[in-house]
Amino acid sequence: MTALDWRGVAAEGRDDLDVATTVRLRARSRALLRSLLRPHKRRLWWAVALLLVSNFAAMAGPYLVAVGIDKGIGDDRLLTEVVIALVIAAVTEYASKRAFLLLSGKIGQGVLLDLRTRVYDKFQTLSVAFHEKYTSGRVISRLTSDVDAIGELLDGGLDDLVIAALSVLSVGVILLTLDLPMGLVTLLSFPLLLWISRWFRRESALAYRRTRECVALVIVQFVESLGGIRAVQAFRREPRNDEIFGQLNEDYRVANDRAFKLVALFAPGIKLIGNATIAAVLVFGAVRVIDGHTEVGVLAAFLLYLRRFFEPMQELSMFYNSLQSATAALEKLSGVLEEPSTVPAPADPVPLPSARGELTFEAVRFGYRDAVVLPDLDLVIPAGETVALVGATGAGKTTIARLVSRFYDPLEGRVALDGVDLRSLSEEDLRRAVVMVTQENFLFAGTVADNIRFGRPGASTDDVVAAAQALGAHDVFAALPDGYETDVRKRGGRLSAGQRQLVAFARAFLADPAVLVLDEATSSLDIPSERLVQHALRTVLADRTAVIIAHRLSTVEIADRVLVLDQGRVVEDGSPIELLERGGRYADLQQAWDDSLV
Amino acid sequence: MDGRSKHPMRSLLRILGYLRPYRGPMALMTAAAVLATAASLFVPIVTEHVVDGPVTHHDRGGLVSLGLLALALGVAEAALVFVRRWTQAYLALGMETAVRDDLYQHLQRLPVSFHDKWQSGQLLSRATSDLSQIRRFLSFGLVFLFVNIATFITVVVLLVRINAGLGLLVALAAVPLFLISRSLSRSYMAVARKVQDQQGDLATYIEESAVGVRTIRSFGRAGYVGTAFRSQAAFLHDTAVEKAGVVSRFWSTFDLIPSLTLSLVLLLGARSVDAGHMTLGQLVAFVTLMLTLSWPIDSLGFILANGQEAMTAADRIYEVLDSRSDVLDGALGTSEGPGALSLQGVGFTYPGATVPVLHGIDLEVRPGETMALVGVTGSGKTTLTALVPRLYDVTAGRILLDGVDVRDLRLSTLRTRVATAFEEPTLFSASVRENITLGRPDASEEDVLEAIEVAQASFVHDLPWGLDTRIGEQGLSLSGGQRQRLALARAVLGRPDVLVLDDPLSALDVQTEALVEEALHRVLQGTTALLVVHRPSTIALADRVAFLQDGTLVAVGSHAELLQIPAYRAVLSADAEVSA
Repeated sequence: MTALDWRGVAAEGRDDLDVATTVRLRARSRALLRSLLRPHKRRLWWAVALLLVSNFAAMAGPYLVAVGIDKGIGDDRLLTEVVIALVIAAVTEYASKRAFLLLSGKIGQGVLLDLRTRVYDKFQTLSVAFHEKYTSGRVISRLTSDVDAIGELLDGGLDDLVIAALSVLSVGVILLTLDLPMGLVTLLSFPLLLWISRWFRRESALAYRRTRECVALVIVQFVESLGGIRAVQAFRREPRNDEIFGQLNEDYRVANDRAFKLVALFAPGIKLIGNATIAAVLVFGAVRVIDGHTEVGVLAAFLLYLRRFFEPMQELSMFYNSLQSATAALEKLSGVLEEPSTVPAPADPVPLPSARGELTFEAVRFGYRDAVVLPDLDLVIPAGETVALVGATGAGKTTIARLVSRFYDPLEGRVALDGVDLRSLSEEDLRRAVVMVTQENFLFAGTVADNIRFGRPGASTDDVVAAAQALGAHDVFAALPDGYETDVRKRGGRLSAGQRQLVAFARAFLADPAVLVLDEATSSLDIPSERLVQHALRTVLADRTAVIIAHRLSTVEIADRVLVLDQGRVVEDGSPIELLERGGRYADLQQAWDDSLV
Repeated sequence: MDGRSKHPMRSLLRILGYLRPYRGPMALMTAAAVLATAASLFVPIVTEHVVDGPVTHHDRGGLVSLGLLALALGVAEAALVFVRRWTQAYLALGMETAVRDDLYQHLQRLPVSFHDKWQSGQLLSRATSDLSQIRRFLSFGLVFLFVNIATFITVVVLLVRINAGLGLLVALAAVPLFLISRSLSRSYMAVARKVQDQQGDLATYIEESAVGVRTIRSFGRAGYVGTAFRSQAAFLHDTAVEKAGVVSRFWSTFDLIPSLTLSLVLLLGARSVDAGHMTLGQLVAFVTLMLTLSWPIDSLGFILANGQEAMTAADRIYEVLDSRSDVLDGALGTSEGPGALSLQGVGFTYPGATVPVLHGIDLEVRPGETMALVGVTGSGKTTLTALVPRLYDVTAGRILLDGVDVRDLRLSTLRTRVATAFEEPTLFSASVRENITLGRPDASEEDVLEAIEVAQASFVHDLPWGLDTRIGEQGLSLSGGQRQRLALARAVLGRPDVLVLDDPLSALDVQTEALVEEALHRVLQGTTALLVVHRPSTIALADRVAFLQDGTLVAVGSHAELLQIPAYRAVLSADAEVSA
């Protein structure tokens, strides 16, 4: 079976890039790199200065040795002076190099911290819809492996770049002034160097881009298999996963191999050009000496400098390589940073410090891809009302809940809270007013109390316990091995689904919002817990607006009003009793529910 | 993490074992590195000959051959560098890929209790950044560690031949280098390890906030998690800067000592020339030769640091690879029988906990019988279901399948006979078909269609590409009820002998639930089943009910019989009325 068969078909974006896009990507990543380095400008200059001092001190060594040998023999005083100067040079080199390394480490780590924070914060502002498409594995891959690639550039990059560029420049000038014709022969190598560098840039950009894609897929598979380890083991998925992972890992190897082999050609290619130039200058220079156009000493010096010219070229080529690899990562990261939010924050938010909780849908149209879910919804939920949404899968219940929580924005029309379009509310005001509890019940690693406190960071233990008591779940939490301090382990694995749901409820109660959205929030509760929660909801929901989605009609019974939805339209609207009396879909559902209880 | 080994060096040597298949290429790579160094050393000699020979003697003919020789040496050097890098790509990546495959395969076979404890971010950082650190050391550091040490020894031998005293002085300079690097190593290794651990913690936090993004968004806690992330990232930043501090001491020391040695050589050398113990030419030759040591020694600082990182990285990888599963594979590859399940004195305590979750459970499930498990939240039902397919092993008593302890069976055999649907359905990023046939890739089309039918999951036929539509995180997202029905289809596919269903209908609406129940009823006729039940309607599927309270069985019997028990009525009474 090929790699594609098992994965099935999905509508995915294409990765083919035309020239214009490539150029744009490049400009975008360079701009990001510049903006990351900008705050460190002063430190960078200091680092360069330290680097120059250290190199100057290093170069002074051989010179001083020469002086010592030429003049110091027999002259003890001079010899002592020279040796003292040598020691001073050595210590200066040591001190400046050490300071440089520390400083450049600080700059590099500062840049990484800045980059991580920026990308993390950006991911936290991107819509839920974006995350559902992008996958958690990719988020992780961007923030770990891509950031690492940039770290590698910063680790040794500055050192290589500055030293190499300086040597190439200074030696280049010396070469041209020493003997122009020989200098011109040297210049002949430049078109070749340029050509090979351009070739490398073009090829390695593709290769490194591919490695970024491949490592993301490896990470996605890794995270997904470990996240679903129970299902993997219970269904003996291991061999199949081995096969799939093996394939992705192999793809990653091939991608890396391609990049490595490009370097394996590029670095010796530069070396070859350098060596050939040295051989050419050797012959050409010798002829010039024989013809009497130049001195032997000049030739010797020229050849020595020529080697010192091409050696840093190797370092430059290595720097160029790290830069290419980092650029591919920067392309991905700058893409994330540039991603427009589908639920953008308002430029000029309307303040809503304390919401009453009135919800209005005005001519709301919404759909995913091509499928329209809500064709045209008008709905007013007065403040303080508890509304239950009922209907078959795909009727649009969850979509309404997600629009109220602004996971999505409507395509047309508007959703408003207390008359203010949700799009005009600051994130802070919106989230203080509207909280959603879903069947997902995500728990973070930490204690039960930590997880409840997520609803209101900074809440005291008493507040946490009070929220649990209001919910009627205090006994359940208190009975856990360490009570509220029980470590829930990864994803709350130590708790049952019912217990997790109670934690999620307590969390929402603690948050104390004006509007509470419950999307199948009671589905995993056993009947006693459900009864407790319902009892609690009657009190808790008394003074707030609630939108409840539940297939358990026992939860629906506490609603003031029931909306029966069909294909995104409200087909029945009234209090549960009214609807029962009127007869219709809700009455039928209630009948089926009652039957199921017998 | 805990369980840190005290022998990082041994871990590195062990991971070097992965290079065993590459012995030939490794030798080729080292030879190429040595020869390339040699070729580059020959070029100055050729230059010298050109100046001394053709130039001095005005011999154009000799120039051509020497020019060609210089070119040949240059080409040879480039070609050797090419061979080294090309081979290095092949073997370093081959090793990296092999370790990553092993790590993944091993992790998949570690028990659920291991995964409860270990965050995937920590595991992931081992499979990515730690591995690339090792790869970097193996492909570059290791080779040049040998090449540089060999160069050092060779040069020192040559220096001793020029002047024994000064040569030994240079050799002695290696002693403080060795001592200093040894003492720095200790602090470096500690801080490198800290950085790697913190990178893993950060990856864990990133993973959590990516997976939990809906919850974070619902509560508007982006700022809150952002602050937490920043403080963790700042923590990593500080440790990394601390590491940079050690690195700066390390590298600069490797510059300082050779420079100081040079001063000493000059002082003593000049004195000996003055005293006539040494010629001027010898001193010049000595110093020139000594200067060729500067790169090998400088880079040693970098290589050693790299090597220490590789050691701690190898250590972290072996922490995982050395974790043994406590759910050991049994020996019996075959298991036949009608599917009788027998729990005898079963107890379970989570690792590290003191209070058992389950204790003293005796339960016989007859072949073909459907046994419902009923109890309040936290009574241990879910834990009990995880014990049958051995996601965890019992810590007391035993579970028998057709008279054989499940721990004596091969895991693959056991898990073929027992199929499970979890209360939280896990779908993988694969086609619908692949997700359903997860445990039985050889299932026929009819089987798949039947399973879909039983689970009332015919909505899959309406997906854009039908059964080939990709679902899961990287594909189409499905509703909770749809996911649950697919998980159920997966469990009933191919009619396993024993079905373990943990509240499999919780996310379904009443009508769908009724349809699924009807279909399940047929399936359960001939299948032994353990069924965690929360709702009275599902109880109808069960032949008998086992009632759990506080981790143990308090009663087993028919639903009607158990209704006599008040506590049972409270848990599962049809009277779902809410008291106002």
